[in-house]
Amino acid sequence: MKLITHNMLTSKGMKNVKEGFPLKIQAEEMRNVDIDYDRDFITRMIPKLDWKALVFAAQCVGHKEDLPDTLPDGYENDNELLKRLHHVLLEVEVISGCLECPETQRKFPISNGIPNMLLNEDEV
Amino acid sequence: MIRLKELESWLQDLQDFETPKVALEQYQTPPHIAAHIAHTIQASFGDLEGKLVADLGCGCGMLTVAAAIMGTATVVGFDIDSDALKTCKENLEELEITAAELVQAEVRQLGVSCSRFTKLFDTVLLNPSFGTKCNQGTDLEFVQVALELSHGPVYSLHKTSTRAHIIKTASRWGVNVQVLAKLRYDLPNTYKFHKKKSVDIEVDFIKFTVNCHIVVEDFIKPCPHRSTVPSKWAKLDVKHMEMLDGSNQTNRQTALSGDFA
Repeated sequence: MKLITHNMLTSKGMKNVKEGFPLKIQAEEMRNVDIDYDRDFITRMIPKLDWKALVFAAQCVGHKEDLPDTLPDGYENDNELLKRLHHVLLEVEVISGCLECPETQRKFPISNGIPNMLLNEDEV
Repeated sequence: MIRLKELESWLQDLQDFETPKVALEQYQTPPHIAAHIAHTIQASFGDLEGKLVADLGCGCGMLTVAAAIMGTATVVGFDIDSDALKTCKENLEELEITAAELVQAEVRQLGVSCSRFTKLFDTVLLNPSFGTKCNQGTDLEFVQVALELSHGPVYSLHKTSTRAHIIKTASRWGVNVQVLAKLRYDLPNTYKFHKKKSVDIEVDFIKFTVNCHIVVEDFIKPCPHRSTVPSKWAKLDVKHMEMLDGSNQTNRQTALSGDFA
C-alpha cells in the first residue's frame, strides 16, 4: 500500500463511524519502489489529496521531513516539492502492518502490501 | 505505445484462479480480449497512460496488468477475495509492475461508504460477473459504483443478450452508452455445472460516460429523447465528446465495429 492509496481509504463504512479518516498507519515492513516521475500527474493529483492526511501518513512512515505542513501557494511551479511529493505518494510502500480507525481503533491488516478493508457483518 | 501483439504476449503468461469460486463467478478475462480492450482504451481514447485508474473486481489482475502495461500512473485493483488477490500480486511481481495497488474490499460498498473515492479516478475498468448464476444484476451494480468512482469514462464487459436492458438502465441514470465492440468470449469449462467443454458467448465491450452526448451507432433502441439515431449525428456527437474532454489525440477511431475475435 502506497500513500496515494492511504489517502483514499476510510473506515466510514462501519456503523457509528463518522469520518473514519485518516487511518493511522502502523508499518512493520516497508519498501521503496521506482516509479517514473510524471509531473503532470502529480500536479493533477494535488487538488484531490487531503493534504493533512498525507502529512499524517508521511509522519507515520517516517517521511515527515519530505512534506511541508501546509501546501504552499504556487506549488505547481515548485519542481523540488513535486518530486518529493512523487516519492512520498508513489514510491514508499507499506508491505505489512495495519491501518487503525481513528474513532474505533479497529485495525485493518496490511499483508503482502494489500490492505484488507473488509468488514464483518456485525460492524456494518 | 506498446504494440497489441506484445501486450497480448505479456498477458498470456499470467496465472489464473487456482480454485475459482462459483459464488463470486470467477473466471479469467481471456488475454486476447484484455489486450484488445486495454489497447483500444489507450489508442482510441487516451484513457490509460498517465491516469489514475481503478479495476473493480480485479480477480487475478488481467485488466489491472494490461492497464499498467499501457502506462497508467497508478491502477488500483479492488477485489473481495484474498486468494485472487494473492495470485494477482504474484502476477504483478512476476512482471515487475510497480504502478499497481491492490485493496481487499467489497466493491459494492466502495461507492456508499467511502466518499473519498467519489469521482477520484480518471478511468474505471471492470469485467463484472455476467450475472448468470445466483447473482443476477451484479454487473450493473458494479457499473453503478464504477460511475460513482470515475470522473471520466467507465469501460465494462456485458453479455450482448442484455444490451437492451443495459441501455435502458443507463438512460434512466442519465448515462450514455457506447458499444465499442462485440466480442466472442470463450468461457472455459470452469465450473462443474458447465456441461460443455467451453461455450462461446457474445459479449459487448461498452464505454459508459456521464454528461456528454455520445450516441451509439448500433443502438438497439434509440434514446428516449430521440426517435431515430441518424448515423450522421453519431459521428458529430463523438467529435463533440473529443472537444469536451480537451484532449487532442490523433488517429482516433469513433467506434470500433466488428469482432475482435
